[in-house]
Amino acid sequence: MIARVVLLAGAAALVLAACGERPQVIEYKQGEYQGKPDKPAWDSAKFNGDRAAWEAAIKQRNQNQNEYRRTN
Amino acid sequence: MARMKFLCDAERCIECNGCVTACKQENDVPWGVNRRRVVTINDGVPGERSISVACMHCSDAPCMAVCPVDCFYRSDDGVVLHDKDLCIGCGYCFYACPFGAPQFPQTGAFGVRGKMDKCTFCAGGPEPNNSEAEFKKYGRNRLAEGKLPACAEMCSTKALLAGDADVLSDIYRERVTNRAARGTPGSPPWGWDTAYGRPPVMGGQPGQPAPAAQPAAPGAKS
Repeated sequence: MIARVVLLAGAAALVLAACGERPQVIEYKQGEYQGKPDKPAWDSAKFNGDRAAWEAAIKQRNQNQNEYRRTN
Repeated sequence: MARMKFLCDAERCIECNGCVTACKQENDVPWGVNRRRVVTINDGVPGERSISVACMHCSDAPCMAVCPVDCFYRSDDGVVLHDKDLCIGCGYCFYACPFGAPQFPQTGAFGVRGKMDKCTFCAGGPEPNNSEAEFKKYGRNRLAEGKLPACAEMCSTKALLAGDADVLSDIYRERVTNRAARGTPGSPPWGWDTAYGRPPVMGGQPGQPAPAAQPAAPGAKS
């Protein structure tokens, strides 16, 4: 009798073992960036947060790619 | 606000691989990883065209959509970047990317893939700007220095253009106008429709096919 109870208890523990399983992966928020924040390009030692100066510098470099303007 | 884009003019590219070399040198890219490469179509056939290909920093980037850990983000100036501390190297982004941009260093045993590496538009990543940590993980942050990507600035024929979309469009329009005057307008900018979508058609809905473009030059693909 005792052996049967022990056997049944063991079988129940084995069958129901998965019921207590918890999710083991971290929860992701789908579609939202999960990494470290990044600072904008103008927040650098050279531009010190001056966005207008950065945009002007980039525009100048952009125009250097236009040789029609550079040669005329 | 600037919207950073690449534009490769297939009529000008001479397959010198200067852009590839400049990228590798500037960002200290390891062996086996090529953030940029030059693809030649109809190689050896008269009328062959070469195109410099890397991450195009798409407007609606498929890599961002498929990443299971959401490690991608878009910077204020439209550059698609990712956090290597979060990347698990699953390779989904590689399968999603129409340009084959994501690269995986295979330094481990049994072909184990490392964390994804790709063109950053020379804008570094989510580390303090111009810091050593940023350089080691992502390469040089030239944008923070007020410069454009090294590949485009090194291009000897100025086939590869990088920078603000409005300015690039103006430069390319001027080129095409000049070429059209000689009867050879060339092909539309390669990859732009794929990367940045099509503009709304007059009287139509956004996303519908644009009107028929100029016939492409022999051997060129758009």
